[in-house]
Amino acid sequence: MLNLAIQIAFAMIALAMVLSLYRMVRGPDATDRILALDTLYINTIALLVLLGINTHNSAYFESALLIAIMGFVGTVALSKYLLRGDIIE
Amino acid sequence: MRRFFPHPALSVAIFLLWMALNNASSLAHGVLALILAIGLPLLTRGFWPEHPPRVKALPALRLLGVVVCDIVIASIDVAKLVLGPTGRIKPAFIEVPLDLQDPFVGTLLASIVSLTPGTVSIDIDRSRWVLQVHALNVDDREAVIKAIKTRYEKPLKEIFSC
Amino acid sequence: MNFWIESLLAFLILAGAGFTLLGSIGLARLPDFFMRLHGPTKTTTLGVGSMVIASAIYFSVSDPGISLHEIAATLFLFITAPVSAHLLAKAALHIAQKPASEEDRPD
Repeated sequence: MLNLAIQIAFAMIALAMVLSLYRMVRGPDATDRILALDTLYINTIALLVLLGINTHNSAYFESALLIAIMGFVGTVALSKYLLRGDIIE
Repeated sequence: MRRFFPHPALSVAIFLLWMALNNASSLAHGVLALILAIGLPLLTRGFWPEHPPRVKALPALRLLGVVVCDIVIASIDVAKLVLGPTGRIKPAFIEVPLDLQDPFVGTLLASIVSLTPGTVSIDIDRSRWVLQVHALNVDDREAVIKAIKTRYEKPLKEIFSC
Repeated sequence: MNFWIESLLAFLILAGAGFTLLGSIGLARLPDFFMRLHGPTKTTTLGVGSMVIASAIYFSVSDPGISLHEIAATLFLFITAPVSAHLLAKAALHIAQKPASEEDRPD
């Protein structure tokens, strides 16, 4: 049962990533693209956590944590750049 | 006591976070966590605001419970709106006048508002103390303002007594 | 593994994936930026949160010892989601208000 659930969840997250990618390519504004990139980061975290459960390997979790931190910093830096025209003031 | 623990809450948070990151696996990690919990607040003392806020534990726990329930409700709300016809959604910008006047508590309120049903906080105007929020689907502006004020702002004021 | 724990795990994983998918559907479908902001901030965050909790339960049950570092990650996600949403909203407002002539003059 757990295996079946994991397979379905993989498909759902892959679809979610495609939809985020669609918004990133399409997005009329820069902010839309940044938001889509941020969502893509979070989807990747979900995918990695799921992969960790599927392969019974907790090392995937460390990379998920890294992506979470990098994604947050990246989003903040990009929005800051739009807001100020500069990242470090 | 104050000399070694300038920020007791921060020390406790660092200790718990370090133990959580290492799965609370051994005594050695406990010792390391203790060293970090004492050392980091001492080293970064100059960067923190003067007075660490005093927190009332019981109302804080109650608010935490309310917020966790609301996060689930919020997600289901958004899901319903997203799957239905998008033409009928009525978004609006709403200005919520705030009673609290503390930058830290204001930030906390803005974060809670972003995670809870219907609203995302856009901006806090610190000269007028107005929180600008964007509501996804709104019928009654007054009801949204009232909900934010009674559900989240009042408990926050009680917790931090400001 | 116990049947009930397995059902709980399956439920958490499916709910998490479902919410993640719904957040992305919101991102792709809704008509303007501030409406799109709602999906990823609330729904996607809850989805990943529930999936991470499932991972914590799974590794606590199947391996010796308890698995706590997932809790730290969940906390991190729930703290950072509103902050990045807030900054993005501010940036969007800033772009919307900026007149075209001042395009390349940072303030």
